[in-house]
Amino acid sequence: MSAPMDDLVVTQRGVTRRDFLRSGGALVVSFALPGCVSPGAREKPLPVAGAAWPAKLDASSLDTWLAIAADGSVTANVGKIDAGMGIGTAFAQVVAEELDVPVERVTVVMGDTAMTPDQRGTGSSNGIIQGGAALRRAGAAGRAALLELASKRLDVPVAGLEAHDGVVSAKKDASKRVSYGELVGGKRFDVKVAEKAKAKDPRTYRVVGKPVPRFDIPHKVRGEYRYVADLVVPGMLHGRVVRPPQAGATLTNLNLSQRLPGLVRIVQRGNFVGVVCEREEQAVAAARALEIEWSSPPPMYWTDYEALYRHLRTGLAVTTEHDKQDARGDVDAALASAARTVEARYEYPFQSHASMGPACAVADVRDGGAVVWAGCQKPYPLRGAIADLLELPKEKVRVVWMPGPGSYGMNDADDCAADAALLAQAVGRPVRLQYMRADATAWDPKGPPIAFRLRAGLDGSNGVTAWDCEARGFSGRIRPSGTDVAGDSLAGQLIGLKAKSTQLPQYPEESYGFAAKRKVSHLLPWTHSLGTQLRTAHLRDPDGMATCFASESFADEVAYAAGMDPVEFRLRYLTHAGEAAVVKAAAEKAGWQRHTAPRAPQGRIARGQGIAYAPRHGSLVAIVADVEVDRSSGQFRVKRFTVAHDCGFVVNPLNLRGTIEANLMQAMSRAKHEAVRFDTGRVLSVDWITYPIVDIREAPDAVDIVIVNNVPGAKSMGAGEPTTRPVAAAIANALHDALGVRVRRVPFTPESVLAAIRA
Amino acid sequence: MTKTLELEVNGRREKVEVAPETPLLTVLRNDLGLKAPKFGCGLGQCGACTVHMDGVAIRSCATPVSSAAGSRLTTLEGLAPGGTLHAVQQAFIDEQAAQCGFCINGWIMSAAALLQANPKASEEAIRVGLAGLKCRCGTHMAILRAVRLAQSRLASGSKA
Repeated sequence: MSAPMDDLVVTQRGVTRRDFLRSGGALVVSFALPGCVSPGAREKPLPVAGAAWPAKLDASSLDTWLAIAADGSVTANVGKIDAGMGIGTAFAQVVAEELDVPVERVTVVMGDTAMTPDQRGTGSSNGIIQGGAALRRAGAAGRAALLELASKRLDVPVAGLEAHDGVVSAKKDASKRVSYGELVGGKRFDVKVAEKAKAKDPRTYRVVGKPVPRFDIPHKVRGEYRYVADLVVPGMLHGRVVRPPQAGATLTNLNLSQRLPGLVRIVQRGNFVGVVCEREEQAVAAARALEIEWSSPPPMYWTDYEALYRHLRTGLAVTTEHDKQDARGDVDAALASAARTVEARYEYPFQSHASMGPACAVADVRDGGAVVWAGCQKPYPLRGAIADLLELPKEKVRVVWMPGPGSYGMNDADDCAADAALLAQAVGRPVRLQYMRADATAWDPKGPPIAFRLRAGLDGSNGVTAWDCEARGFSGRIRPSGTDVAGDSLAGQLIGLKAKSTQLPQYPEESYGFAAKRKVSHLLPWTHSLGTQLRTAHLRDPDGMATCFASESFADEVAYAAGMDPVEFRLRYLTHAGEAAVVKAAAEKAGWQRHTAPRAPQGRIARGQGIAYAPRHGSLVAIVADVEVDRSSGQFRVKRFTVAHDCGFVVNPLNLRGTIEANLMQAMSRAKHEAVRFDTGRVLSVDWITYPIVDIREAPDAVDIVIVNNVPGAKSMGAGEPTTRPVAAAIANALHDALGVRVRRVPFTPESVLAAIRA
Repeated sequence: MTKTLELEVNGRREKVEVAPETPLLTVLRNDLGLKAPKFGCGLGQCGACTVHMDGVAIRSCATPVSSAAGSRLTTLEGLAPGGTLHAVQQAFIDEQAAQCGFCINGWIMSAAALLQANPKASEEAIRVGLAGLKCRCGTHMAILRAVRLAQSRLASGSKA
């Protein structure tokens, strides 16, 4: 048996949850695993449904963010979550730095709507940007408040004090000292987080910027880290869901009187169907044995990707938008007067989150209230959606984030939370719902497909005079970036509630200074996909990998057309100095071999090198891929990735390396293997056989990383997604160099590579 | 129909009352409270549920509990005796070989079994031996470093 969580905490850090509670409760944490966030499993007592919680915590109050216990341990609350990249450790570093306490004394609590301030949650790589900044302000405010308290206690002016390791002492008389625990232990600060609280000069940092090992990893390798799937609530039952077999199918018959082992309740609302049983294996069996019939609606999808891309290219757009930020000149005129034009089409498929574990959630709905534990990324909007779904006041709903399997945007976690809430409401007891693999892979919201057409014009001396990028895709966020209302959840859609779907245009981000430039995004309607397996949603770097694949592949095509080396082409046309810097850094580190046309060596095994770069919301990445292709089979392997990465000042360089490497592998998986399979009525990707991903044999021999612009004072930007963006393009460009032919459709399967070779 | 089955898990004898076809994983997690093995697919395709049965790495999600009776079972919780760490676990910490960590049970249990059976496994043998495992976050580079580190420490008889 694993050690109880509290004992574990005692062993590791000498701090327990009970100490916090006993301390008189400046702020009662919902769990305590210092520096790490593995809530709930041994928590006593668990939050109880029926209680009331504040509609919103006061983010202006320092006590919302920080608490210091009598023993000097620090609890920091942040409205972000850790999707698997170890950001909790970085948060602890930020707090430790500003407060002058050892990093291991800081416990970070994340994503509990009753305990942590509403920052919506994590998304778009904003954990450090928003969460880190808020904690820095809170830490600085806390330090200022502690110095003032110490000044009174020691009768020394603030200017004559210094803080170190959680102790304030007089600069001139070290015997005059008082610890943080003695100053505020267990009591409230009762001060505001002044926006102007003076944070430290980054040049003086001692904790931020250092390679602090992740706090969560020792717990993970011992099997003691508690995920939401591991949560056990007393009296908990087990649920499973039953989905329509075909897109648009409606329930026509359900035998509610069926008797099955352990069955507590068959739950049905609209087309939402689930079972609740005493034991988990009984719920699995009951879901399979359920006597249920569905309608056979007309086909909603396409026969295959050819048909889908044809639809995207020819279908009527509901909106057409131009990128006003990056438009100049008269593109049509420039193309018409060009000495030569280049044109290419690219296609990017539906992709699945296919998280490592199917989503799991535990819900307790009774006595007029609800507690839901979920592995979600955005617990705050989810709270509103659950309240909406259960028709409860928001104050009576609490969503507690617990770690899930890695999520990369809007995966199946929120849907599972809503489903669990419905099941728990129906039985009046806590219900743990875990999806089966097909519920996850086939039913999670999908990254959307896009079809591109790019055109460029060259003048007589091979200068680029026109650049035209046209994207045609679905309103890519049918499933919005957070579950704000009940209709945003799958359950809500199966019941027939209205979603708050949104749309964002699909433009590549780059800073090429071509004389005439245009980016157009046509969005096709796809609202009828709500409640089906091909709902579109945010998947890691939403649309970014697709748009960059098209744009950066085309940059190479135009470079070769102009007789230029791909690196030289980028350095000639990039207008942003930071972007040119990462391109240069990656090329240098990779030992870039200059070439002005694909080299396409003879022989069965061909080697090639490709580069692509991308800015992403202020972070900059350039990647060189070295590939080796077997011409006879179309199989290829990336031998080496070289990454130049600029996300400003790096909070934790050790962890950044892990995040970059993982981005590379996952993005390579998406580029090489991943396309959701479907027929006209269903998704056929239901497991790891039908939705293959990368395996360890494909791991490159080497990954070289150059960190650029990592200097104190450079604003810390996101790193969760930027590396993903240029990966497909870098590989496609390397394949082109190796083979002399271009693969313009993701994924680069052996069949598509062979087809390109033979075309 | 439920049956009383006797299991030997992490050196302890445990009695469970379950339907014999219940997946071993479900019994380990829900009846014995051993949460390290994870439900990733229930199909034996990802390895997140890996445990050792008589020293061999098996997929507990696709193993009926009845077929585990009479065998010696080890989960990640019992991989190293009393609070210590197995060399593979220590190497995973030293190489920071986890993102979300949901798959990590499978990698550690499989790597430990692999290095036990083939202490001198080549790079190729390590990659092929672990190819059946999934990691969705893409931790593969760090995992490879960790397994090689554990291998060299085991070979030299040192733990760290």
